[in-house]
Amino acid sequence: MEIFSLAHLWAGIIAVAILVYVLLDGFDLGVGILFGMTRDGAKRGPMMAAIAPFWDGNETWLVVIGASLFAAFPAVYAVFLSAFYLPVLLLLVGLIFRGVAFEFRYRSERIRGVWDFGFAAGSTMAAFVQGAAVGAMMRGIPVEDGQFAGTSLEWLHPFPVLTGIGLVLGYALLGACWLVLKTEGAVADWARDMVFWMAIGVLAIVGPAIVAALTVDMSPGLTQAAARFGMLSSLGAAVGFYALLLLVACARLRLDGMLYPLGALFFAATFVALAGMMWPYMIPYTLTVQDAAAPEASLRFMLFAGVVILPVVAIYTIGVYWLFRGKVASSEEP
Amino acid sequence: MALDPLILSRLQFAFVISFHIIFPAFTIGLAAWLATVEGLRFATGRAVYRRIFDFWLRIFAVSFGLGVVSGIVMAFQFGTNWSVLAERAGPIQGPLIGYEAFTAFLLEATFFGVMLLGRDRVRPGTYLLACCMVSLGTILSSFWILANNTWMQVPIGHEVIDGRFVPTDWRGIVLGPVMLTRWLHMLLAAFLTTAICVAATGAWYVLRDIHRAEARVMLTWGLGLAAVLIPMQMFLGHLNGLYVYEHQPAKFAAIEARWKDEQPGTEVWLAWPDAARQENLLSIETPGIGSFIATGEWDAPMTGLESFPEEDRPPVVIPFFGFRIMVGMGLVMLAVSWMGTLLRVTGQLETSRWFLWVTFLAFPSGFIAVLTGWYTAEVGRQPWVIYGLLRTEDAVTPALTTTDALISLVVFVLVYGILGGFGVRYIYKLLREGPSGPSGAAPGAYGSRRPFARGDGPGVADGR
Repeated sequence: MEIFSLAHLWAGIIAVAILVYVLLDGFDLGVGILFGMTRDGAKRGPMMAAIAPFWDGNETWLVVIGASLFAAFPAVYAVFLSAFYLPVLLLLVGLIFRGVAFEFRYRSERIRGVWDFGFAAGSTMAAFVQGAAVGAMMRGIPVEDGQFAGTSLEWLHPFPVLTGIGLVLGYALLGACWLVLKTEGAVADWARDMVFWMAIGVLAIVGPAIVAALTVDMSPGLTQAAARFGMLSSLGAAVGFYALLLLVACARLRLDGMLYPLGALFFAATFVALAGMMWPYMIPYTLTVQDAAAPEASLRFMLFAGVVILPVVAIYTIGVYWLFRGKVASSEEP
Repeated sequence: MALDPLILSRLQFAFVISFHIIFPAFTIGLAAWLATVEGLRFATGRAVYRRIFDFWLRIFAVSFGLGVVSGIVMAFQFGTNWSVLAERAGPIQGPLIGYEAFTAFLLEATFFGVMLLGRDRVRPGTYLLACCMVSLGTILSSFWILANNTWMQVPIGHEVIDGRFVPTDWRGIVLGPVMLTRWLHMLLAAFLTTAICVAATGAWYVLRDIHRAEARVMLTWGLGLAAVLIPMQMFLGHLNGLYVYEHQPAKFAAIEARWKDEQPGTEVWLAWPDAARQENLLSIETPGIGSFIATGEWDAPMTGLESFPEEDRPPVVIPFFGFRIMVGMGLVMLAVSWMGTLLRVTGQLETSRWFLWVTFLAFPSGFIAVLTGWYTAEVGRQPWVIYGLLRTEDAVTPALTTTDALISLVVFVLVYGILGGFGVRYIYKLLREGPSGPSGAAPGAYGSRRPFARGDGPGVADGR
């Protein structure tokens, strides 16, 4: 096997895009999840305002991931989307409802509650299915002749359900960190408390998930995953764990500037730990990066998009965050 | 008809794409129209162009948002419902769809933001450039989609290795003559759709005696552009017919409802094609001229559906009527735009109320033509998903169950119903209100940068 190839370059680009997506859309989905935990209109206004200029730019990274997978790893695209037929449906519906809520909740006083519910429920559902997909991937995806060979509820097991709940709490944690950064007064105080509780929640879910993996949901796939837990994964898990502990401490010490960076570090470290377990598989434990790659001619044709268009988008994204820097005004509701 | 994953997936694809295509067809034209209006304002400095621009920009933002949301679903469907197609044709279709997504993303991320937010922050020349770039972006987006679809219609430039289609000639795939003809046909269709909508909006205001200055500009430009574009479109349509005749003879026979081989061919104008008896009922036809219409030669032999094995024949009714409705809408647009331009030149347009009503009622003609044209192309390609190479029935996801496919179809119908209902109602309100509407009370597109994140809602960061 070659040490470095176009397929590896594309796998790297996609991995970076996934991490960027998780760190960015993670916080705005998280704010949506937290939105469902309060009935207070005085909080809800600033919460929406804290993510309004960013959320759909964040979400487009999901499209980049999908498009890159289809172009560079069509076999992964085909297997992943058919294995997660119902979760993908839930994800799309969730994203649609939370997306239109930004617009529609200000158009109708009368049914605002409906759109607000759609916003919170859609965000929570999107986060849950993403987390469940990670858990299901670790259990392994049955593949025959390059096509998914399981049932549509294959993913629904105790372990994926726990990883799903884990990601809901994790995104809520990231969202709370973001709110501390972007809001002030009562909302920021509340968000700081939520950072603390969500971090505790994440820790509390990881335990049961490991127990579930070891006892009730022990599958051949998870045995494999455990066996593949090497150096890199250990390092990632350790860094993630300490980032979480520091996060709890910083939330209590009101070191506001530290919260989002630590939350991001926690996610990046967890991502590395997971990637270490899955590598070189893209669909565990059947399709590797090399197996699934499109022919050289396709990867080469697509290269311009990866090395020219994507960096331009990244630079622009940074510009938008710079433009909308600072805290949102605390007087809300138009 | 028994429900199985295949038919449900086809219904779902047809439903989702029919909903989706309406918005790009409109926004491709609107982006070009906005660039044109901004160009006029830049050149003349007249305030009326600014009011027209601001008005259509609000509508553009909402349509663009609906197009993006429904387009995301499209991008995932290849994998969820057509995973065999995705796996086998991914090496070719993946990069084409990928470029479309990256192009649209780039557009969304850069110049669209300037267009919505940057009016007061950049110089007029830069702003005009941003408008042109957004228009270019939507045009490029359509380019990649048509490259993808054309490869499914007339697959070229590949070899088959281990059942996968591996690209060997990207230039042929992306810039082949069939591709360019079909793309220009779609592009002009989008321009015409918008031109007629702009003219119809102008006619509506004149009939209600409001926004007269803006309405005059909309009528003049909408009808004028349509009058210029429609003959070009008809010529391109003819070229498209030639490619179908050459590359997809079974589709051609279905469009013409030609059951038997003929020499010379009969042209069936209208009929009820009876698939069971393989003949046309109530047929209005002219013997002897079908060959000339198709080939330019009076006695060329024309292939009927009987020449194709039964399992290779497309359905007849939808291509037959789809094609005729599309052509009919083209004739409506021809009549309205030429008549209207004539009335405009002679100064009678705004007093001819009957004609203003006709123009107003013609507003959906472009949309109907786009939809029926695509139905003709896509249904006529059956039973193939990649013409001659991969059958639709073999492309569906093998693990997909009827229950799951039914669930997703019902969910999409419900969600799109809600979404489309609110979206269309909102666009209708904007249209009814018109250009000089209370711009302070409806800041619309200017509050924020993005279609669905417009900050007439939350107070946004103090950075702005």
